[in-house]
Amino acid sequence: MVRIILPELGDGIVDAEIVRWHCREGQSVKFDEDVVELVTDKAVFNVPADFSGRIMKIYYNEGQRVPVGSVLADLDENFSGAPEGAERGV
Amino acid sequence: MRVIHWGMIEYASAWHQQKELVREVAAGAPSAIVLCEHPSVITFGRKASDANIFLPKDVLEQRGVVCVSVDRGGDVTLHAPGQLIVYPIINLKLFGRDIKACLQKMEQASVAFLRDFGIVAKGQEGHGASAYRGVWVGSRKIASIGIGISRWVTYHGIGLNITTDLGLFDYIRPCGLDVRMTSLQDLTGQTLPMREAAERFAGHCVRIFDGQDHSSRIG
Repeated sequence: MVRIILPELGDGIVDAEIVRWHCREGQSVKFDEDVVELVTDKAVFNVPADFSGRIMKIYYNEGQRVPVGSVLADLDENFSGAPEGAERGV
Repeated sequence: MRVIHWGMIEYASAWHQQKELVREVAAGAPSAIVLCEHPSVITFGRKASDANIFLPKDVLEQRGVVCVSVDRGGDVTLHAPGQLIVYPIINLKLFGRDIKACLQKMEQASVAFLRDFGIVAKGQEGHGASAYRGVWVGSRKIASIGIGISRWVTYHGIGLNITTDLGLFDYIRPCGLDVRMTSLQDLTGQTLPMREAAERFAGHCVRIFDGQDHSSRIG
């Protein structure tokens, strides 16, 4: 299991707001695929997955503010059962 | 760093082409700086409020100003002929994924460009609050900044007024602020050709982002 973490975003940026998840719990994602969109004052950014796998747990809802360094989601990198082009979120 | 000139281009078409460039850069192509100009359009960032436009959208569109919601930070802004648009398509993995530093570099490039014309401008750091991100000449705003990031590659960017019809800003509360906009022409009386502005700005942008010379291509 690996954690998808909100990384450091630069000096003085302490948190960001979740705009939307691109996936749901139980869905598979590919390496480098954007999984969640967040917004700071002047930047909308997406956090991509560092591994292919299955999203097991999402910790924050859309509209919530997330401190830098927080775990956004858990990803099972050993999961390989998803068919190609598995159902995607919004 | 590639420098790409699109000239006058519809906003929607430029948005689509930016996303193509993002895919290229995320896949390993060199970062790029795109320079262009748009017909009149009001864009709504993720933090935008409809209260920051002063006419209904259908009336604006009757007056030739298209309204578009987009995936960038910031509030409401306006693009129009005479405004230099700069879209840095930058791989942030090469810059420590530092979003704030990227925004600051955009401001620095704008400040350096304006200095060439004897204009003393400041970025947000001169104003304090992050709502004041952008480029300012005294209390007047000359450039707005808002970016999107996908797979750690930036898109959207800067709108810097060169010869923009400043009366168009009366339709909006720029970036949600009660602020007066200005332009290079407003400040100096110069009507700098857009291509010359784009070439000059690109030089500063490339120097600030990676310290290298650049070669231009017209796309």
